[in-house]
Amino acid sequence: MQIKNHRSIDRRNFTQRLIAHLYLWALLLILYAPIAVILICSFTESKVLGNWTGFSVKLYTNLFSGVAGASLNSAIINTAIIALIAASISTILGTLAAFGIHYMPSRHQNVILSINQYPIINPDIITGISLFLLFVALGISRGLGTVIAAHVVFCTPYVVLSVMPRLKRMNPNLYEAALDLGATPAQALRKVIIPEVFPGMISGFILSLTLSIDDFGVTLFTKGSEGLNTLSTYIYADARKGGLTPELRPLFTLIFVTILILLIVSNIRAAKSSKK
Amino acid sequence: MELFWKNKDLDKRRFWAVPYIEVLVFLVVLPMIMIAFYAFTNGAGHFTFYNFVQFFTQSDAINTLIYSFGIALITTIVCLVVGYPAAYFMATRSFRIPAVMIILFILPMWVNFLLRTIATAELFGLVGLPLDENALIFGMCYDFLPFMIYPILTSLSKIDTALLEASQDLGATRLQTFFKVILPLSKPGIQSGVIMVFMPTVSTFAISELLTHNKIKLFGSIIQESINSGVMLNYGAALSLILLVFINLTMLLGKNADKESSLH
Repeated sequence: MQIKNHRSIDRRNFTQRLIAHLYLWALLLILYAPIAVILICSFTESKVLGNWTGFSVKLYTNLFSGVAGASLNSAIINTAIIALIAASISTILGTLAAFGIHYMPSRHQNVILSINQYPIINPDIITGISLFLLFVALGISRGLGTVIAAHVVFCTPYVVLSVMPRLKRMNPNLYEAALDLGATPAQALRKVIIPEVFPGMISGFILSLTLSIDDFGVTLFTKGSEGLNTLSTYIYADARKGGLTPELRPLFTLIFVTILILLIVSNIRAAKSSKK
Repeated sequence: MELFWKNKDLDKRRFWAVPYIEVLVFLVVLPMIMIAFYAFTNGAGHFTFYNFVQFFTQSDAINTLIYSFGIALITTIVCLVVGYPAAYFMATRSFRIPAVMIILFILPMWVNFLLRTIATAELFGLVGLPLDENALIFGMCYDFLPFMIYPILTSLSKIDTALLEASQDLGATRLQTFFKVILPLSKPGIQSGVIMVFMPTVSTFAISELLTHNKIKLFGSIIQESINSGVMLNYGAALSLILLVFINLTMLLGKNADKESSLH
């Protein structure tokens, strides 16, 4: 066909599509290879990762009966507690800040938003060390509290950035309209404004959870030397000792499968609702 | 009067940011000043340049910084070259990539990156590959590739398809459309992808330690060891400050190069 019509951009021949699909699947294959090692090896008893000594679910029963060791159990609990508290504080703090910044003169907005970038851009080692030095200088003993404070520091900027666009997009007259229709300022806030920014708060909260759970660098410098560990610092200490607790394999297999199911279900739901 | 009251009401809302501003001042700005303070003092708290003299007279530390920069640069380039096509294929509807593919690319991030790194090292062992520099670069690309793909995917998805149609209507070939329309419009995504890959790779220490069994030492390891030793706190702070300045210079250079290229 010689004549180009404007739809030709949407036409890709079979080969081009095949190349795209092959490329992506090959990339996924490489990305998932190490995870596959963890998944497969969670069903064998071998102490060494990558060694297959026959099918067994012993690691799973160990994990659930707590035989894996008190330190692993407390690392799991600490990770969950820190993530939930830090994400909750960050969401509240960040949402309030987003409102505050939104109603500020733009001069002040720019200053605060540029400082807000620092915890995002700074490497975790810098954030960790800077807080470590502050705690040392002020004589604050490091522990759960300092770790949570540190996590709030690097999570809140993301909450601010996910709530701000929602406020910007919001019709500024909505609030006034609610007041004109007889709502008190508190009601207008709760029934009109909050629902508008709620999706931003949720995505900020989920992002904070993931960042907190996955953090290593900042936690390492703010956890102190009292033996407090999250999963990240536990794995690091474990690997440096030479052996890796075998029960970590079933633990991350379960986390992986849970997230996979959650994502697929939410994706199917989203696809269904968008079709309607 | 009514209107006045409402405006004052909205005006008060700016104070909602006060708690966060306090957090920013005391837990972001002040700690960064602490790095500078410790970097320019000795153990007794007296002003000194000694920590920097120590750094600049030790070729070991300087070499490690340059080496880490090189590794981070290669990692970033590999991630960009590998990640851009992936983002492009997923963002372009006519390739008919299932939406679930996007999820599959984020999913590995939910498995702890240290555990994934250890598994990568095991995998290299199983296949019989040495745990050398190439393994390190592979491991870092593997850890940070999603951070390159996502920003690019987001900026590509935002491109108005009408622009592509217009470009074709005006006689551009597909290749021309890509280089003159798609690539420039995806630049914000490339920029944030590059930052999100470069920053953690230039400062990492855990990945290199675990992946190469401590054979390769990056700048992050030196900083971490100085800080954790307890006695070299001030030297560690100086190294952190050097890394911070180094990173900011790199970003500044990147921005300036960007401005110049957009002027021409």
